[in-house]
Amino acid sequence: MSRFIKENVEKDGIDRRGFLKCMAWAGTGTLCVLQGGVLKSFALSDIMQHNVGDFKGDLSFVQISDSHIGFNKAANPDVTATLREAIAKVNALPTPPSFVLHTGDLTHLSKPSEFDTLAESLKSLKTERIFYVPGEHDVLDDNGAMFRERFGQGAMGDGWHSFDRNGIHFVGLVNVMNLKAGGLGSLGNDQLEWLQKDVSALKSSTPIVLFAHIPLWAVYPQWGWGTDDSEQALSYLKRFGSVTVLNGHIHQTMQKVEGNVTFHTASSTAFPQPQPGQADSPGPMKVPDDKLRQLLGITDVNFVRGTHSLAVVDSTLA
Amino acid sequence: MKNARWISGVVLTVVAAFGSTAVTRPSMAKAGDQPTSAEVKIDNFSFGPQTLTVAAGTTVTWKNNDDVPHTVVSDDKVFKSKALDTDDKFSYTFTKPGTYNYFCSVHPKMIAKVVVQ
Repeated sequence: MSRFIKENVEKDGIDRRGFLKCMAWAGTGTLCVLQGGVLKSFALSDIMQHNVGDFKGDLSFVQISDSHIGFNKAANPDVTATLREAIAKVNALPTPPSFVLHTGDLTHLSKPSEFDTLAESLKSLKTERIFYVPGEHDVLDDNGAMFRERFGQGAMGDGWHSFDRNGIHFVGLVNVMNLKAGGLGSLGNDQLEWLQKDVSALKSSTPIVLFAHIPLWAVYPQWGWGTDDSEQALSYLKRFGSVTVLNGHIHQTMQKVEGNVTFHTASSTAFPQPQPGQADSPGPMKVPDDKLRQLLGITDVNFVRGTHSLAVVDSTLA
Repeated sequence: MKNARWISGVVLTVVAAFGSTAVTRPSMAKAGDQPTSAEVKIDNFSFGPQTLTVAAGTTVTWKNNDDVPHTVVSDDKVFKSKALDTDDKFSYTFTKPGTYNYFCSVHPKMIAKVVVQ
């Protein structure tokens, strides 16, 4: 396997086949392609068997997640440094992202200084705009007031919002507020009603991308990795041919396909968490220093017009 | 071995205090007869002990030993801590008998209770 970029197949200075190979030997990525509502997924290590040029799209965007600015424990004493590395990774992508989604836990403790550091760091991202949804660490003690003031302009309710780009409808949901004892993430009735109305006028052929912090599928409810009323939300999207759900929270990549819906979780830019059930608790996982960057990363998503394809590529900071 | 014997002695003393004075005859309790404070530890996303039984008037202190913030919030909002970072503490004095179910509002799978007698 070639481990360097060896040809420029797109005439833009980047050999995508080589680029993907480079990500493949980093070792942890998956690629999923949704074509005509049917999903195919590949381990990145297999991707060189396919025509990677097909994945070049009309729109590309990046998801980053779980920056936890303010965290300084053993699992990663310098989360600002790894966020900067993630930003550098985004800025080095062959296709600059049209925008970036941050799927929550910008900060560790919702402190003003932490939000400041996050905002200041992200100024160097080469992209037009960043859209945010809060994680539970961003809404401590003030029910998310500071988060909404600084990162949720124009949003509804607790911070939910939607927008359209290149024929795709994007919906940012908030499932970290008003959590009930013994329960999981929660969207709540107000947000569910809003979502139902928000998508009601769309054609069924419109690709939908939902993004929220806590997974909208039952990854591991024992650790709170799921959302109590996510099925209700997804019931409004059954008629759509292509639904992609992007989440954070669990600090590792995971993927599931169920009918028309592809679920995907992103890595953290701060610290890894254990695989479901593989530790006493889902807390920050200390790994050897030389392994940390293999477990942090970003997610690059490409959309191909006409085929309704979303290609999701995870790459690590290693 | 010396340490182990010392610890088991303490446990027996605590059980005796709760078993006789605190539980069966709370009205007879005088200041100094029983512990007026108790601690709940937060470790590995769980409260310990899961059920804490105390006499009315006891001040319970929660301490977070985890690397992530937790809160202590009673289901009916009788008490509610701010987010507790690593090593932070929160105390509440229980004056009325009853069962107080509480949880961590950041990680709501974390549930426990204080029984006040």
